[in-house]
Amino acid sequence: MLSFPIYLDNNATTPMDPRVLEAMLPYFNNKFGNAASRNHAFGWTAEEAVDYAREQVAKLINASPKEIIFTSGATESDNLAIKGVYEMYARKGNHIITVNTEHKAILDSCKHIEKLGGEVTYLSPNEDGLINLADLEAAITPKTILISIMYGNNEIGVLQPIEEISAIARKHDVLFHSDATQAVGKVPVDVMAQNIDLMSFTAHKMYGPKGAGALYVRRKNPRVKVTSQLDGGGHERGMRSGTLNVPGIVGLGKACEICMEEMEEEAARLSKMRDHLETELLKIEESYVNGNRDHRLPHVANISFKHVEGEGLMMGIKDLAVSSGSACTSASLEPSYVLKNLGLDDDLAHSSLRFGLGRFTTDEEVEFAIDHVKTAVHKLREMSPLWEMFKEGIDLKSVVWQEH
Amino acid sequence: MAYSEKVIDHYSNPRNIGTLNKEDKNVGTGLVGAPECGDVMRLQIQVNEENGIIEDAKFKTFGCGSAIASSSLATEWLKGKTVNEAMEIDNMAIVEELALPPVKIHCSVLAEDAIKTAINDYRTKQGLEEIA
Ligand SMILES: Cc1ncc(COP(=O)(O)O)c(C=O)c1O
Repeated sequence: MLSFPIYLDNNATTPMDPRVLEAMLPYFNNKFGNAASRNHAFGWTAEEAVDYAREQVAKLINASPKEIIFTSGATESDNLAIKGVYEMYARKGNHIITVNTEHKAILDSCKHIEKLGGEVTYLSPNEDGLINLADLEAAITPKTILISIMYGNNEIGVLQPIEEISAIARKHDVLFHSDATQAVGKVPVDVMAQNIDLMSFTAHKMYGPKGAGALYVRRKNPRVKVTSQLDGGGHERGMRSGTLNVPGIVGLGKACEICMEEMEEEAARLSKMRDHLETELLKIEESYVNGNRDHRLPHVANISFKHVEGEGLMMGIKDLAVSSGSACTSASLEPSYVLKNLGLDDDLAHSSLRFGLGRFTTDEEVEFAIDHVKTAVHKLREMSPLWEMFKEGIDLKSVVWQEH
Repeated sequence: MAYSEKVIDHYSNPRNIGTLNKEDKNVGTGLVGAPECGDVMRLQIQVNEENGIIEDAKFKTFGCGSAIASSSLATEWLKGKTVNEAMEIDNMAIVEELALPPVKIHCSVLAEDAIKTAINDYRTKQGLEEIA
């Protein structure tokens, strides 16, 4: 039985796994203690739970538990990594390298650094979303302290060549941070083997609760430090003050444990499903996949349908909860900056849909989505003057439009 | 965004989708908007040259639900009106009828533009001067 709308927006957030919720519940109830209370059993119970979660989290990414700093989510982790490294390594330099398809939590933190007088290089990826390693290496200067490049992109799912990036960072003695929010729990991530120095991730993208995340901060080879961005009681080895969100942390830990056990099988299942969805939707004339198809998260497909407008398309597929490349919240349309930075024309960026499959997505839901999208695109094209002109062989780029 | 029932109705059951022969002397065509802006409307009228009454109106629109509804509604309103009466259609009437929110007012403006452009195209073909 299908229930509507069908949720295919698992890159935005995932539903909680019932096993995660179950693990969390006691920590809202009788196990409510403050993990920093050293004088009684309430505190010890909470601390024990946090320690256990720290191990579960560390295990998933092959880190040591001491290298996990709990935060409120990936936004905070990104801020702490960028601003914390910038401040801590001020004596070494003031230059950061990132990519213009990063999440806003990275880009806006970098803008903040620029306001403080730091320098930031924003690399442009290739058309398929992958960065050019030669560009990266060429951007490094003696002042470079940090390279921040995301693991898997939230809009197109493209996986960057993490090992090659970290090799370049090591070679030049520069720290490497990765926003791995979309990748942790979805594909194998190994901070040791992949030489990642700092890494952000969050529970609510891997079937855990919102408001709980972590920053991995390497302790050996090299020992990395960040200045705290929240002053207070000196929790989390002084890097992040604030009473720990025990239920959230327990949820993050449980979510990591489940991913550890089920990721391989889940990725295989989802990539098969995603490929089927994609193959079917590409049967629609003038439809295109955005992003590299070989280096990609298993559960994501981003497809543009030419000559249909994004918001109209969203309205036509109201039984699906997906994301559109068209952030049309005001009179001035802003197409996705990620797609634009791949070099996509505005119209293709506007007419894109992002499908994010997840643990609870069923074959039946995918079949429904395929039909629903096909019907909507067909209907809108019948209605579209652009489609008619395209079919008549008119080059739409040569038309002088009457803009507003 | 929550759409009004009328917008949903026009979007789901658009009236008068289609194409008239733009070469015909009694057909006026208005193509307005731009793909980069996310809206392109093409509105066409077919006029009885004897009495100036709009006998048929067709549209095709690339755009959001409000743009589709605005142009669909415009074709309904145009049919049966004289060209001069049609010139009086105001975008705010479309806003009211469809209960468009402020961010969607530009859709109604585009529809009004498409009407005026179509009428002026017809007038030019008839050897009349354009009117603003
Ligand atoms: C790549 C990436 N980084 C950061 C974030 C922010 O995560 P959070 O919601 O936990 O702050 C997200 C999610 O929106 C994301 O996709």
